Order: sequence, then structure tokens, then C-alpha cells
Amino acid sequence: MEPKKPFELVVREHGPTVLRVCRAVLGAHDAEDGWSETFLSALKAYPELPADANLQAWLVTIAHRKSIDIVRARNRQPVPVDELPVRPSGLGIPGDGHQDMLDAVGQLPPKQRQAVAYHYLAGLPYKDVAGLLGGTPDAARRAGADGVKALRTILVDSSVSYVKEETP
Amino acid sequence: MTIHHDEPDVSELLAPLDSVEPAVMQRLHDRLAAAAAEQHTLDIAYRTVDSPIGKLLLATTERGMVRVAFEVEDHDAVLQLLAEKLSPRILFSASRLDPAARELDEYFAGTRHQFDLPLDFSLSRGFRLSVLEHLPQIAYGHTESYAQVALAAGSPRAVRAVGTACATNPLPVIVPCHRVVKSDGSFGNYLGGTEAKRALLALEAA
Repeated sequence: MEPKKPFELVVREHGPTVLRVCRAVLGAHDAEDGWSETFLSALKAYPELPADANLQAWLVTIAHRKSIDIVRARNRQPVPVDELPVRPSGLGIPGDGHQDMLDAVGQLPPKQRQAVAYHYLAGLPYKDVAGLLGGTPDAARRAGADGVKALRTILVDSSVSYVKEETP
Repeated sequence: MTIHHDEPDVSELLAPLDSVEPAVMQRLHDRLAAAAAEQHTLDIAYRTVDSPIGKLLLATTERGMVRVAFEVEDHDAVLQLLAEKLSPRILFSASRLDPAARELDEYFAGTRHQFDLPLDFSLSRGFRLSVLEHLPQIAYGHTESYAQVALAAGSPRAVRAVGTACATNPLPVIVPCHRVVKSDGSFGNYLGGTEAKRALLALEAA
């Protein structure tokens, strides 16, 4: 059995992927809270994790649960009316369509968003995605495929409207 | 970075999501280390410092400094060993080790003659521990022979074992095994290399 490596290496190796997943599932605004809670919880449980466990799948599982908690907490909070964070802040997030893409992902129904994030961003096989979302691997595959299809449509539509907006 | 090479068109579609700025990761990492320390789930924090005898790895537990390692020991290997022997809950944290880094700076500048840091000897046991506990009593600028240390540690005949204890000192520089020399006055071996031992003794003689 391979000895367990220092958690620092886990953060360095998987931190970026988990952040991509959190951004896709939670949006830019809550992604960093999701990331932090995921890694805090992972650090706590790390010594008990079997040494041969699939770290990325384990982290995505934790991120999935933490995201559910965060969404639930967010829905319980009253919506502020005098502040207007209509779009999540793009601060600290690189350009090149990143925010547009996140906005598009944010328009997907939760199951599709999660299926796209877990399968395409984190590389989880649909069997594992189904384990997280409930339902069959086929249903997870359909959610992923539908999500990708919907994204293409949203992006085409929004790029058309952006062109219009930018015309002086 | 997006995975699934069997669907390159999807990877291309999702490519804008790939970018994660190093500064963002850095901020999240620091936030994690701080929160983990607060929740007492960070068992070992570490950082490196530059010194006249090369880059030193410093590691601390909640109880105190647990490891100082020379570059020649291979810092990655040292951290791996800490993960196996003590705990894999290890994170880089410069701020947790600021006091140690400051004291070492002062020591190498010649202005500090004694370390005032809590120590965690959990990597050492038995006679080796007795030896290590004696070493801080050898004053700055002074030396003792392996035989003198054996006597002080309560086993006058265990001269070779003193050598082993010094050679496996998990806290070199801070626990001054470099102040233990051969009876004929020659330096004897040192984990950080004879040159490092010579440099430390020269610094303290200045």
C-alpha cells in the first residue's frame, strides 16, 4: 500500500480542479466558500481515508455535499433588495469568456450543471456521477449531454446579443 | 486541463472554465491553512528559509518545532516521512513559522545565542531523546565531546550512541548537535555536511 502523501500535495494537485467544479456548480460568487469548506473537511478526514482511494473522486464527492449545503443556506437567506449583485463579480477571474461561460453554466438546471462539472471538469465516470446525483448512469450521461447541448445554444444566443449590445 | 479527450469538442467548449489564476489558488491555500490551524486540524505546518548553510525546512506541530532539515536531506522526502510518522495533515504556512524564521535569522546574524522556541521531540525516543534534551545546555560558542555528552545523558559508555543521536537529530541548529565534537577536537560528522558544522562553529566563535 502506498504511503499517504502530505495534504499540501493534495491541495496543489487537485485544488484547481475542485475550484473549477465549485465555480461551475455554485457560480463565481460562492465558489471560493465551496472550495474552502471542501478542503477543510477533506483535511479533517484525510488521515482516515484509505491510502489507495481515488483522491479526485473523493474531493468531488465532498465538494458536491458542501455545494448542496451552501445552496440550501443561500436559499434560506433573505434576498437583499437594495444591493444589486445582478451578475456575480468578475473580480479575480480571468477574462477570455470565462465569466460568460460561467453565466451560461449557471443557467443550466442543477442536475445538468452538476453532471457537466463532475464528468467534464473533474473527469468522473458517469457511474460515479450517478452515485452523486442519484438515478442511473444513463440518466447522468443524458444530463451531461443535455447540459453540453444547452450550453452551446446559450453561448450562441448570448454572443449574438453581445454583438448587438456592443454596437454603438 | 479539461479532461475527456474522447470528446475534444466538449473540451474546447468548456476551455474558458480552465483558467485558475495562481494568485487565487494562493489566497485559497492561505485561507485554508489559517482556518485549519484555528480548528486544530492542521497537525504540521512548514516553510523553508534561506540560510548561510543552505535552504532549511522548518516544520512545527501545535506543540512546537518538530523538524529542521537541511537541503541535502531532500525536503520532499522529509515531509513524506513526517506524513508517515506523525500525520499527513501537513500544509505550507509561512506565517505559522514566522517566529522560528525570525529567530534563525537572528542566530545566523550573530545576534541570537539561544533559541526561545517550543520544541516537540515526538520524533525521538529513549536514549537519543536524553541526548537531545541535554544538548541545549551546551552554551553558545562552546563544545562538548561525544564522551562528555554520553556522561551527561547518563550512559558514560554510550559514546557511539551519542553519535547516532546527533546524526539523527530532528532539530539541527536549534538543538545544537553541532556543538558536539570529537575528543581530539576534530569536527566529526554532521548531517548537514562537515562544511555546515564548521560554518556554525565559526559563527559561534566569532
